[in-house]
Amino acid sequence: MTAEPTTSAHLDVERIKKDFPILRREVAGKRLVYLDSASSSQKPESVLDAMEHCYRHYYANIHRGVYTIAEESTSAFEAARARVAKFVHAPSTRELVFVRNATEAINLVAYSWGRANLREGDVVVLSHMEHHANVVPWHMLAAERGIELRWIPMTPDYQLDLSGLDALLDGASLLAVSAMSNVLGTINDIRFLADAAHARDALVLVDACQYVPHAATDVQAWDADFVAFSAHKLLGPSGIGALWARETLLDAMPPFLGGGEMIRDVRLDGFTTNDLPWKFEAGTAAIAEAIGFGAAIDYLERLGMDAVREHEMRLTRYMLDALRERFPDTLTVYGPLDISVRGGAVSFLFDGIHAHDVSQVLDGDGVCVRAGHHCAKPLMRQLGVPATTRASTYVYNDEDDVDMLVESLARAERFFLG
Amino acid sequence: MPGLEDLYREIILDHYRSPRNRGELPVPPARKVEGFNPLCGDEVVLYVDVDADTGTVRDLKIAGQGCSISQASTSMMSAAVKGRTIDEARRLIRAFKALMSIHESKLEGESDGSDLAADLEGVRLGDLEALQGVVKFPVRIKCATLGWNTLQQALDEAENATG
Repeated sequence: MTAEPTTSAHLDVERIKKDFPILRREVAGKRLVYLDSASSSQKPESVLDAMEHCYRHYYANIHRGVYTIAEESTSAFEAARARVAKFVHAPSTRELVFVRNATEAINLVAYSWGRANLREGDVVVLSHMEHHANVVPWHMLAAERGIELRWIPMTPDYQLDLSGLDALLDGASLLAVSAMSNVLGTINDIRFLADAAHARDALVLVDACQYVPHAATDVQAWDADFVAFSAHKLLGPSGIGALWARETLLDAMPPFLGGGEMIRDVRLDGFTTNDLPWKFEAGTAAIAEAIGFGAAIDYLERLGMDAVREHEMRLTRYMLDALRERFPDTLTVYGPLDISVRGGAVSFLFDGIHAHDVSQVLDGDGVCVRAGHHCAKPLMRQLGVPATTRASTYVYNDEDDVDMLVESLARAERFFLG
Repeated sequence: MPGLEDLYREIILDHYRSPRNRGELPVPPARKVEGFNPLCGDEVVLYVDVDADTGTVRDLKIAGQGCSISQASTSMMSAAVKGRTIDEARRLIRAFKALMSIHESKLEGESDGSDLAADLEGVRLGDLEALQGVVKFPVRIKCATLGWNTLQQALDEAENATG
């Protein structure tokens, strides 16, 4: 059973919503309005079916057994890897490493590439808008190795201030940056940054966790060196993600975790590593999760990533306009207003109401938003706020959901500000 | 499902809008302790001046920012604790946590109903009872207890310092 690929620019959200069983759920007698996909996304029937089908019909450990279902399982697992690799236009499956999530992917680079290549005084360039996953591993390396961290600042309209980029990259070994901010929605020009970094002999790591689910991704067009992303943000299960990296880099890097699967030979006096990508996949893989990852990719391919992006731009425009029109004096909306350089994560703050309290009121209306620092405390400090409320849309959201958000926010405003 | 009125009682909103004892104290002689709620960005900074001779909380000031529950709870705590002895303050902390359905002993695995009565006995919580609604919203319990845990840490530090 295959669905025809959509060529129209518009997503049929009414039909899409039916694919997501959780959206039938009610909270406090209200329909679930899920606006926290930047945190984690919901899963369509086809992903759930694929994982269940695996467990019900052919599950076995991979790369080990000679029996039929072991072969089926291995084949399905590697086919999923191939689809993930194709989704981001990776040149080879040897460069697509399955990990637990984007955080693990970045830690893998810090542990494996970082420890082999960075010495005291070497420089890693980050930005003020990074998620903790792309901050803390470098802090840990700094504490251990004495590497220097530099930070690209932001402009008043929430984009990277590239005016001092050349100076920041002077002598740098690595530039690690987000492709799309989970707080501001800001889309960064990765190709431009990669060119600048490579001109200075620095490598580029991209935190593409928000980007890959929301726009067509091409790691070759980016000319990146490492790209990290997670399945659970793109309709896939939690517990699996991917690191794409150039084969030459992965070949040169020592392994990350040691154990089964990542070896070729183990003797009393040592071991040799397996080929790529398995060299970096120690232990039994998240097999059904990989199947789910592949199924999620299939679902998104059927929608078409251009249509996904177009839908998001329209809905984000709708949300930004609605928030600014309805709450002109009491609400601060963060992130660029130009939707061509931003994704669907919209952070905002009422003057005088804490994000957490706003989130509480919204919960009473079945509206799910995120309140807090969004794992970006350095960014919060730059914005001068302890926390924001964040609403983020995805393929199963429409204008009705945004209307519900706005009504609920109006209720919060009345309750707290009188 | 519990409604907003269960959580946001009028006195809570009053303390949120007009928090008591805001400010700082010179350190030393006061002690400065910070507490964070990792979930959502609540921050409490307590300045606690403990009089070692009389064993009382001589003065207490609050800084920091956070949600209405964390700030109101901390404000109410400051009014309840200021001027009390350290023992009274500790009993208040235990009583408040009991109100939030947290028992130190329960966390260690030995719990029975009599603990609650023992913790609350003789302690009049007064206005703090308004925060009882928080237990219907378990996610917010950490907001309500943030200031109290920070106070406990301040008292522990003061006690360790004097030996």
